[in-house]
Amino acid sequence: MQLSRDELRTAFKRMCLIRQFEDAVHDEFSAGNIPGFVHLYAGEEASAVGICSHLDDRDAIASTHRGHGHCIAKGCDPKGMMLEIFGKKDGLCGGKGGSMHIADLSKGMMGANGIVGGGPPLICGAALTAKYRDTGGVAVAFVGDGASNQGTTFESYNLAKVWDLPVVFVVEDNRYAESTASDWSVGGSQVGRANGFGMPGVEVDGHDFFAVWDAARQAVERARDGSGPSLLHVKLYRYYGHFEGDASTYKAPGEVEQVKQRLDALDMFKQRVVETSLLDSEELKSIEQEAEKFIADCVAAASTADAPARDDLMTDVYVDYKF
Amino acid sequence: MPTKSFREAINEGLRQEMERDDSVIIMGEDIAGGMGSPGEDDAWGGPMGVTKGLMPQFGRERVLDTPISESAFIGCAAGAAVTGLRPVAELMFVDFMGVCFDQIFNQAAKFRYMFGGKATTPLVIRTMYGAGFRAASQHSQCLYPLFTHIPGLKVAIPSNPYEAKGLLIQAIRDDDPVVFFEHKVMYDDEADVPDEIYTIPFGEANVSREGDDATVIAFGRMVNLANEAADRLKESGITVTVVDPRTTSPLDKETILETASETGRVVVVDEAHPRCNLATDISALICENCFDDLKAPIKQICGHHAPVPFSPALEDLYIPKVESIEAAVRELVGKGH
Repeated sequence: MQLSRDELRTAFKRMCLIRQFEDAVHDEFSAGNIPGFVHLYAGEEASAVGICSHLDDRDAIASTHRGHGHCIAKGCDPKGMMLEIFGKKDGLCGGKGGSMHIADLSKGMMGANGIVGGGPPLICGAALTAKYRDTGGVAVAFVGDGASNQGTTFESYNLAKVWDLPVVFVVEDNRYAESTASDWSVGGSQVGRANGFGMPGVEVDGHDFFAVWDAARQAVERARDGSGPSLLHVKLYRYYGHFEGDASTYKAPGEVEQVKQRLDALDMFKQRVVETSLLDSEELKSIEQEAEKFIADCVAAASTADAPARDDLMTDVYVDYKF
Repeated sequence: MPTKSFREAINEGLRQEMERDDSVIIMGEDIAGGMGSPGEDDAWGGPMGVTKGLMPQFGRERVLDTPISESAFIGCAAGAAVTGLRPVAELMFVDFMGVCFDQIFNQAAKFRYMFGGKATTPLVIRTMYGAGFRAASQHSQCLYPLFTHIPGLKVAIPSNPYEAKGLLIQAIRDDDPVVFFEHKVMYDDEADVPDEIYTIPFGEANVSREGDDATVIAFGRMVNLANEAADRLKESGITVTVVDPRTTSPLDKETILETASETGRVVVVDEAHPRCNLATDISALICENCFDDLKAPIKQICGHHAPVPFSPALEDLYIPKVESIEAAVRELVGKGH
């Protein structure tokens, strides 16, 4: 099965949007324009987009604290996201969630998550709803290599297996859980863990959009046709620190530059589609420029947007009130 | 009106809501029982038999036995709720919240607020609480103060079978996550319970006794002790108002403050440990709002600041008594004339 040109354009556009979005958030955070703390996804674009290319609005994803890329890949509005990260009233969550809780349920994006390992149980619930309602929907839990060591994740592997839920577990292994190397912190292998719960698992080069896309296609099809859960171990790399402001002293000198030169997801994508004459350089260039301009507009809009009002503090705690 | 046990009232409430609305599903450990085992299906119906018979009627698709994985299935229920179902998950003993609390207070409770009002999480967590079962320290706690503390959660503590059915149906229909507390020694308690479906609104206290001399505010099983104390006191001419708030979140502050002001003498009875519990919360509320109407200091009758002991001799000392409520009221009535 091959990707159409339209699908390739859409995928590249989303990868560019993620990269531009994260670079812009990096700059704005450094300039002191964004409150709180943010965790950036730059470098990991091929994973979110390669996987979410197979999903539509009936499908759900649960994300991590590093959630901006998953949001964009799942079709959330980047402008609403930027406003949210700036803490503005018209943000995707009314400014109440921020970077770590950014969500859009209408797009099947069940939220970034401030709790490591928070997502897998919730995604079992989304999968249960899809199965019970027979929507044909699948549910994808993104976790990092850090969350792969949480009990919630293991419990969810087991629950998804014994209830035969349409779930894909995606372990995005960017080599570091905060500052701790996954080579050290993960006992056994991710694929072996999946196999231990009776699920198929596969290791994927997360820098290569096409490798991710292909592995995800099989996992999503498997879930969608009722064959149960499976796991993708996506090996990739994050360009920025764990959070913005992290000096990344745990990385080797020159490490980031080396990965950028050899394994950049966007460069690899461009090279592949140009070499195979699927898209031409001009087209790619214009997609990149459009993305850059659009994200600049998002930042401009977020910078000048209104903050939430005082009355917003006590709204949306409950659906109905008698407090 | 037919008489039903607390157990039957809960079972009937679940059954009638499942018949009415196919988005209602139930899940929990051994909630049917016998899953995958060679013997009887529906072997348990939950450890107390509360959900017995629901699986044969509704099938395993709607009555889901879970592995012993509270984080996974409580979180799964929250995820199913936010994507369109109305799950009723049974957390067998509230004491087990320690292994899944994150999914309750960081996930389910906060979806709506964090997501800017775009999420609804119609989740019910049914759970057993309370001492008196000789179940020892890890199966006897109340813990409802911890849930009451969390914005986004609602907390219901029914005091008898009638209340249990009406509050449970309300909980299932409620669009917010509700933690529903069932006292484990009350499952065989009986009361008149209509066959028909009915709801009891949250945040509206029940005044089960009306009197002039003192107000006793009590929760869950303690309401019955308070009623009994009030009936005994009446024999010696002391009349007592007994208030059952029914839900601690939302809380019917109005009725509490009104009845406290009317009598000016208040006893709050809470089975939970005495620090940072419902009694301290209600006492502070009353002091802040109607201090001038009080004729005597508020009395708090609670469990002890100790784990619930196993030995019957000790556990009986731990649990508040009718006699202590009676004595507290008598002491207050002696003051402030």
